[in-house]
Amino acid sequence: MTVDSTDVDVAPDDDPGSSPEPSLLEEVAGTRSGLMEALVVPVLAVFTALVVGALVLVFTDPDLWEIFGTGEWFTQSWDSISGAYSALFRGSFGSTRAISETLVAASPVILAGLSVAVGFRAGLFNIGGEGQVTIGGMTAIMIGIKLTAVPFPLLALLALIGGIVGGAVWGGIAGLLKARTGAHEVITTIMLNFVAAFLTLWLLKTDFFRVPDRQDPVTQSIDEGAQLPRLLTFIDPQLRVHAGIIVALLAAVFVWWLLFRSTIGYQFRAVGHNPDAARYGGMRVAWLYVAVMGVAGGLAGLAGADTVQGVLYRGTPGFSGNIGFDAIGLALLGRSHPAGVVLAGILFGALRAGGREIQASEFIPIDLVSIIQALVIVFIAAPALIRGLYRLRPSDEGPTQLTKGWGA
Amino acid sequence: MKLELRGITKRFPGVIANDSVDLEVGSGEILALLGENGAGKSTLMNVLYGLYSADEGDVVIDGQVQHFDSPSDAIAAGIGMVHQHFMLVPVFSVVENVVLGDEPTSWGGILNLRQGRKRLIEISERYGLAVDPDAIIEDLPVGVQQRVEIIKVLFREANFLVLDEPTAVLTPQEVADLFEILRGLRADGKGIIFITHKLNEVVEIADRISVLRRGKIVGHADPATADPQSLAELMVGRPVDLVVDKASAEPGEPILEIENLTVLDDRAHAAVNDVSLTVRRGEVLGIAGVQGNGQSELVEAITGLRDPLAGRISIAGDDTTGDSPRSIHRRGVAHIPEDRQRMGLVLEFTIAENMVLDGYYADEYSSGIAMRWDDIHDTAGRLAERYDVRTPSIDVPASTLSGGNQQKVIVAREFSRPVDLIVASQPTRGLDVGSIEYIHGQVVAQRNEGTAVLLVSTELDEVLALSDRIAVMFDGRIVAVLNRDETDATELGLYMAGSAPGASGNGNDAVPDRADDETEEVGP
Repeated sequence: MTVDSTDVDVAPDDDPGSSPEPSLLEEVAGTRSGLMEALVVPVLAVFTALVVGALVLVFTDPDLWEIFGTGEWFTQSWDSISGAYSALFRGSFGSTRAISETLVAASPVILAGLSVAVGFRAGLFNIGGEGQVTIGGMTAIMIGIKLTAVPFPLLALLALIGGIVGGAVWGGIAGLLKARTGAHEVITTIMLNFVAAFLTLWLLKTDFFRVPDRQDPVTQSIDEGAQLPRLLTFIDPQLRVHAGIIVALLAAVFVWWLLFRSTIGYQFRAVGHNPDAARYGGMRVAWLYVAVMGVAGGLAGLAGADTVQGVLYRGTPGFSGNIGFDAIGLALLGRSHPAGVVLAGILFGALRAGGREIQASEFIPIDLVSIIQALVIVFIAAPALIRGLYRLRPSDEGPTQLTKGWGA
Repeated sequence: MKLELRGITKRFPGVIANDSVDLEVGSGEILALLGENGAGKSTLMNVLYGLYSADEGDVVIDGQVQHFDSPSDAIAAGIGMVHQHFMLVPVFSVVENVVLGDEPTSWGGILNLRQGRKRLIEISERYGLAVDPDAIIEDLPVGVQQRVEIIKVLFREANFLVLDEPTAVLTPQEVADLFEILRGLRADGKGIIFITHKLNEVVEIADRISVLRRGKIVGHADPATADPQSLAELMVGRPVDLVVDKASAEPGEPILEIENLTVLDDRAHAAVNDVSLTVRRGEVLGIAGVQGNGQSELVEAITGLRDPLAGRISIAGDDTTGDSPRSIHRRGVAHIPEDRQRMGLVLEFTIAENMVLDGYYADEYSSGIAMRWDDIHDTAGRLAERYDVRTPSIDVPASTLSGGNQQKVIVAREFSRPVDLIVASQPTRGLDVGSIEYIHGQVVAQRNEGTAVLLVSTELDEVLALSDRIAVMFDGRIVAVLNRDETDATELGLYMAGSAPGASGNGNDAVPDRADDETEEVGP
């Protein structure tokens, strides 16, 4: 026996740091080390997008090209940037009216963002928000123009429910296709967007929806009883903020409960993280895909109803206004957590409301806002870039997983 | 030539994976690096291979300090690595795989496969690495694929070879072949580092043994005089019981009855071919076999995860053929899946959430609409304590646990309710000795309480240690059912290779699946 042992005892098992009850934010981030990911990266992404947006603003202004390199250029550039961003702030948070406009723009994108977030949590990439918004909106319009006999609170509620059902059916189709045939939801939802868009175009021209003595594709206005009541008209009749924001907040609370407290939400998350383990655990994965897409579609449909009943009161071509696509970036920014989605939704609402002010008072195209929104999403999607820019310590976790089985 | 690691220290956040490790191997020598999973073997070899840079210490070859920024630097310095998971392109031929990344070219950068092929044949003849240069990788048995990996390394003119757990996927006969090849390489002056946690192999092949525990070299041993027991103690750091203590079985009535079962795999091949088996109350039936011979599909059919093509499965008299996983679960079947990370756990879920993964719908955990998180927490906390899951809290994600503790979560979940049958597939794969002891003890305890246990393992030692009866599976068939007391590793090894009388086919036409679903703990 010639085992010469230089035995040294080292620390006990590699236990991770202890952590008490997880907070709401930690729940999304998983662990405390993920908290940085959950908050710091989005905030820095927004900040970086604003900086890069300013550069775009400066370098796309023909007047500034002519004086490029001179001292004048710096002062004028600065004026331009500060003018744009102060208008952005003025138009979004600068007054009661501005805040009201921000919330008006925020409520549908929050709802649509929740839709995408539910999908992400369950491992599905719902790109079909746009189609689901449209179908939900059209269903709400149908109820709003036809069931005029029903009195106010009931009809508005009925139309909202109609929006949910319409969107749920539209989303459910993609879920069903995935469950029964394995068709990838990215493909089917994109295609269903087109189907919904052209279906709506056709519907707008039918006698059922059309204003009787007009030819253009615009629906009749919904009954007053179907409109979402404005909340602050007692302060100023101009304030457009309506009950939709309350609907959006309630929906966020519901989604939180659904994901983290309900039995079906437990299954959603299990399937999202690991479909094999879900199947091992006795869950019916195919059926869950249908359910997830139904819930996601319902939320997007509610966003459509919210737009129609709160602001537009009627349907026009493209009335959904890209809500369903903005929602994807919004869910990413909000890290697919209901609280994050609400915050991100308010930010996107502010950009929309502020963008109009930029255009009106500074004569800068509202496209700047779209660029900023797009940049936010680029930076959110590339957290390593943000960490590199700001020399943040990389987190121990891998990259954020959105969906499994791209193209599979 | 001489390869040295001097004072290698590698830290990860919160862990010292390697703590001033010194190691050396010379030409014509086989050094065995022995250590449990998580001891830091892989980290050390990744430092040597240029995948990690060490925080302190140097890699030295013949007195020259080396700086490896990437594996290509290490390869250029004459270091070759044969990974546990083969790095081969399945649809390429042997010669295409061997030249990949180091392609011989003729004028104008045109691939010259003929030249590569010539060198390949030279190498294969010189070292007795018999392989057909034109065979497609996916058609080759695992043992031959490993030979291709070794040829790849020699093709790049390595002087030092690192083999990471090379025997994990081999039959006993293939292991013998591999050892013959290694001896040939040694005679030719190659230096070999042989990484393993299997004690008997170390004693058989190594010239010197170094033992790594918790990132440190804790001792050296001479294989001529060392015995497995003392090496195990050195590796684990405390006395270990290599033999599982169990009284003889008292089998009762049949619980699991399988008749003429045929199951297709994902490629529509009959992975399980006309299998009949019975497991009785109070006995452990072990299924031995090289990975990929239909064990996974058999287990999936029993547990409802895969619909059988033909045949009948019954549990305690009830026909459960083709039932859903949930109804089989409720029928009293516990299942330890072969891959805990892929199937047994949702790694992102907390321990508490994982404790109810397959029972979440039961009344005590769910009201039907909402989860009863308070009750789940209470139960999960109790189970974590009873089954010795070492964790600061049951609210941390399962991914933060070590492999052994992850497996204990699964064992806690599956063993804590009354069941008639336990299906345990690779229950200790990749675990440390302490966890293996614990889980073996739990399995034996269940069997003693009268549960029927179906154990599937590719580790022959495990099958021999736990089973009362042993069935050998080869090419989808049960080729032998033997009493534990009337057989030994040699006989089982022959059956596993399909070469014993009564086995269908021979080792060549039966192509086992590549072991690409093998898992191992990585890093710290």
